[in-house]
Amino acid sequence: MQSRTVVAAVIFTALALVPSVATALNQSFYIDVGIRILIFAIAALSLDLILGYGGMVSFGHAAFLGIGAYAVGILAYFGVHNGLAQFVAAIVVSTLAALFIGAVSVRTTGVYFIMTTLAFGQMLYFLAVSMSKFGGDDGMNISSTSDFGGWLDLHNPIVLYYTCFCFLLGFAVFSDRLVGSRFGMVLRAIHMNEQRAVAIGVGSFRYKLTAFVISGAMCGVSGALLANQALFVSPAIMHWTRSGEILIMVILGGIGTLFGPIIGAVVYLLLESTLSRITEHWEIILGPFLIIVVLFAHRGMLGWIAERRRAPTK
Amino acid sequence: MLLVVDSLVKRFGGLVATDNVTLAVPAGQIHAIIGPNGAGKTTLLSQLAGELRSDAGTIHFDGEDITALPAHIRAARGLARSFQINSVFKDFTALENVALAIQVHEGHCFRFWGQVAKDAALQSAALGFLAQVNLEERANIIAANLAYGERRALEVAIALASRPKLLLLDEPTSGMGANESAEIVTLLAKLKRTLTILLIEHDMNAVFALADRITVLVYGRTVAAGSPEEIRANTDVRRAYLGEDEDF
Amino acid sequence: MNINIFFLLEQLLNGVQFGVMLFLISAGLTLVFGIMNLINLAHGVLYMLGAYICASVIQASGSFLVGVAAAIVGSLAAGIVIELVTFRPLYRRTHLDQVLVTFGLTLFFNELVRIIWGPTALYAAVPAALSGQIDILPGAPYPTYRLVIIGTGILAAVFLYALVSYTRIGMLIRAGASNRVMVEALGVNIKLLYTFIFGLGAALAALAGALAGPILAIESGMGNGMLILALVVIVIGGIGSIRGAFIASILVGTVDTLGRTMLRPLFATFLSQATADQAGPAIASMLIYLLMAFILFFRPQGLFPPRIR
Ligand SMILES: Nc1ncnc2c1ncn2[C@@H]1O[C@H](COP(=O)(O)OP(=O)(O)OP(=O)(O)O)[C@@H](O)[C@H]1O
Ligand SMILES: [Mg+2]
Repeated sequence: MQSRTVVAAVIFTALALVPSVATALNQSFYIDVGIRILIFAIAALSLDLILGYGGMVSFGHAAFLGIGAYAVGILAYFGVHNGLAQFVAAIVVSTLAALFIGAVSVRTTGVYFIMTTLAFGQMLYFLAVSMSKFGGDDGMNISSTSDFGGWLDLHNPIVLYYTCFCFLLGFAVFSDRLVGSRFGMVLRAIHMNEQRAVAIGVGSFRYKLTAFVISGAMCGVSGALLANQALFVSPAIMHWTRSGEILIMVILGGIGTLFGPIIGAVVYLLLESTLSRITEHWEIILGPFLIIVVLFAHRGMLGWIAERRRAPTK
Repeated sequence: MLLVVDSLVKRFGGLVATDNVTLAVPAGQIHAIIGPNGAGKTTLLSQLAGELRSDAGTIHFDGEDITALPAHIRAARGLARSFQINSVFKDFTALENVALAIQVHEGHCFRFWGQVAKDAALQSAALGFLAQVNLEERANIIAANLAYGERRALEVAIALASRPKLLLLDEPTSGMGANESAEIVTLLAKLKRTLTILLIEHDMNAVFALADRITVLVYGRTVAAGSPEEIRANTDVRRAYLGEDEDF
Repeated sequence: MNINIFFLLEQLLNGVQFGVMLFLISAGLTLVFGIMNLINLAHGVLYMLGAYICASVIQASGSFLVGVAAAIVGSLAAGIVIELVTFRPLYRRTHLDQVLVTFGLTLFFNELVRIIWGPTALYAAVPAALSGQIDILPGAPYPTYRLVIIGTGILAAVFLYALVSYTRIGMLIRAGASNRVMVEALGVNIKLLYTFIFGLGAALAALAGALAGPILAIESGMGNGMLILALVVIVIGGIGSIRGAFIASILVGTVDTLGRTMLRPLFATFLSQATADQAGPAIASMLIYLLMAFILFFRPQGLFPPRIR
């Protein structure tokens, strides 16, 4: 078996066991932490798809998180609690937003891409701030979780946990297939050498845009899940520092490894929850930690697996 | 005529890199472009491939005006190029490099599930192209780890794999060992029957062995054009470019 | 009608004043970006440090000028340390690595400031000599202090322009922005040049922070918002261009300020009051990002694109 498959199996088995272990230890608090981890793992995975395989450094990915969450929140505000409607809305709206944002930003490269995505993220952030009907800056409470007609009670943390788990597993499998598919090969080729790709007949725009939209829609789903966990949504979810955090998770785990960002989310959020219990000034530790990781271990934790996978003859 | 180039111009600021170049290539021939360093050969090729916009003039390919078409559309219409400086997908294996070109040529790239690595038809087709340039044994090596000459050969294999009507080759043998480069020359001679080739080459033996027609560029301008014999006999060319050349 | 024109003039000046502050921050950012090819998200930190140091020193010494000087010196020192310790290894890294390291620096310094100065915002007083108002037109008074900010910013712009256009350092900066390899080939101590440029940027950002103290709340994270705006400015202006940064700063400053004050009444003239109350502020807060997307759509490299590298 490939080392990569082993790693994936270990990660998902460990994640699957979290609720039982937490219950056995009477630490149900960890189920909540676990849910957050799963949700951000989806966001990080979605970002890695375009960052690691398409070379698109999106610095506004939290916008899709926000769109997904607000889709649930706003529908709930108007009394629509139907889960299917809420999730479809989250996906449709984030897809449309990604289509629009992507159409403008995917044409740019390098730092202009970073800046354009950042700018769109900020636009949506301020849009949320100005929606006073939905709480403006303060955000709004969501009266209840998405209603899936009795057979899926997201109010129950364990059910919510496994729902998030299944989404993550599904997206991970899909992404893993995608990067080895015909589409994925073209996307990676564009990232590696766009000039050459164009010379063999690749019109890079539609591939990059498609990848951007897929990624945005995935991230939108994680936003809808986040709304269900927090039962609250505010513009803070779309702040640019949030986009930075998702990026960090990807880097921590290893760009272009798909499973790495899942580990990145685990590490980052555990670090956050541990450090923040030690001191309220936990960011003073996190900042230097981040600098050290990037300066000295910039291939990320799963980087070595990618290396071994790509160059088996070495 | 498969390719008709009329009064093509390209300026870089004050420098005229392509100065009113006119040429025509009939199907099934090899047309060589020679000239000293900096003559504008690569620039002309990039204009034909669509990477560089021309400042004036027209390019007709297969009866259609392609002057304004973007590069990827020209490639899809059957115009493939290789690069003077190796430009392969360096993290892909040799096989993946070629498979990609085939897949793009087939036009089925919006498939998200089936694995390229398990697509037997695609793999064997790719192996076929690698075999043409004697790379089939190196199929599973990451391109970045191939030897320089092998990467040059891969360059050609990728171009061939998009099954072009017209192949634009930019010094395919440069930096290759004598054996490797002889193999490429043999391959090109073989391809001649099925394919049209525009060849930039510094190796005069190869040029005179392969070409049906030769255009000589100096400072972006055509100083001579004709059959290999005519070029060999042309005193202007001797003086301007070939005079001191030992290969000659 | 008169009142409206005075109001417009006042808002216009507010916009210019905001733009000038943006310029002080963007100038360093665009130079560092254009010449060292480094995205520095920690640039906002230097602005914040400037504000804090200035406020503390004013409190201790009672003198505004001493405060400003201390802010510049303090941030300059901090900037040079940051450059030496974290940026030197970063210059040849990818933009992504740079974004993350400087993001980490931002987290660190924002928290450090919270530890040193506490979580609540500080306020600095406008120096007594500048606390009055001046009639810019008969019957149209405007705060002296804000005029001083505008003046200082314009002086800084002139100073930078002269520095870049007429001095040897300036020549190197210009050469560095268009062709790094050439400058290295000239045998210039490129590391020293980099440190100088970075220090210059830090000093200007600190000046902006010090000047902002009396008109804004001084709090941890105050640099974040300004940083994003400064990034917008340099992208609009064209990375590496001082002239572009100046024009874009004024543009962004006035568009943002006018949008916030004029859009709602403007909308109210053809929409219902309720709609205008909603849409006005919403669009106003997005206005400069729309402006940026619009400009990038037509000029993907900004108004004054960098020359060939
Ligand atoms: N992108 C560019 N910008 C400015 N000048 C260029 C550019 N590309 C090429 N040139 C100039 O155009 C001229 C022609 O260059 P080109 O590379 O086409 O020559 P060539 O005939 O292919 O040379 P060689 O035999 O060395 O490959 C040269 O003077 C070169 O410096
Ligand atoms: Mg050439």
